[in-house]
Amino acid sequence: MANEPSFAQHLRSYITGYILSVVLTLAAFAAVLTIGRENKSVLLLVALLGIAQLVVQLKYFLNVTTQREYRDNLALVAFSTLILLIIVLGTVWIMGNLAVRMHATM
Amino acid sequence: MNLSSSSKSPGSIGNAHEAAHRDPAVVIFGFWVFMMSDLIFFGVVFAIYITMVGATAGGPGPKELFDFGSLFAQTMLLLTSSLTVGIATVTMRHERSRASFLFWVVITLLLGIGFLTLELYDFSEMASKGGVPSRSGYLSAFFGLVPLHGLHVTFGCLWMLVLIAQVFTMGMGQVVKLRFLRLALFWHFLDLIWIGIFSIVYFGGWVYG
Repeated sequence: MANEPSFAQHLRSYITGYILSVVLTLAAFAAVLTIGRENKSVLLLVALLGIAQLVVQLKYFLNVTTQREYRDNLALVAFSTLILLIIVLGTVWIMGNLAVRMHATM
Repeated sequence: MNLSSSSKSPGSIGNAHEAAHRDPAVVIFGFWVFMMSDLIFFGVVFAIYITMVGATAGGPGPKELFDFGSLFAQTMLLLTSSLTVGIATVTMRHERSRASFLFWVVITLLLGIGFLTLELYDFSEMASKGGVPSRSGYLSAFFGLVPLHGLHVTFGCLWMLVLIAQVFTMGMGQVVKLRFLRLALFWHFLDLIWIGIFSIVYFGGWVYG
């Protein structure tokens, strides 16, 4: 920790993350409340806004960046995300496929 | 961070273990490993919820039960508490006064309690409309996931109370500082999970339910 950022720099990082998160949250709520009632593809937009907010909070709040000293955390988060996606997408794929084959409506 | 730097040789497990407890980088990394296992736990419950969307068995669904005004207020309370716990982290790392550190911890605690109060109010409103866990598979999945996050927030609040007590009894030593860093990580992590909850559980359920 040779180049420890100053108090103001540290604080600015959190405030930047907060403002970006607020904007992304407002955008997601606005999208669902305006076009969500008739248009199901709004969820694609919600997903993109959600992923953007995850990245913002990981960077500004949790310090998961590509910097050398945080590389281990990044590798851990990336691997856990891979496992998470296999479990969640695999479950949704299999159960959705099963529902279609059994002519259930989902 | 270098994990191997804290243990002299792989063979001497006893020494390495003792050293690992003192190295802050290893302690924080270990907490990350816990959070990622907790993330997988949440992921499985999310997967159950997604497969249960629409399985309302004739009972009330998302369109009858969800209150987006309250959801927005909860989201803002939790997001703001993530900022205030960050400000507390900054005041601690730059050795500002203990009073300002405790001020931001208490603000975070109050925002957390506010979030929980609104969430419990929401659950009681849902129950009054017939939305109880035993009504349908969909509602079982909903009440398996959202209160699981609420339970995490509750334990985070308890952790903050214990930490405030420890600041008074033990002082702001290395041990208490490391405990607070882990609490802050945990609190930020809960806000990450909440992004998934309002995007998938509330919006996804509402659009597809």
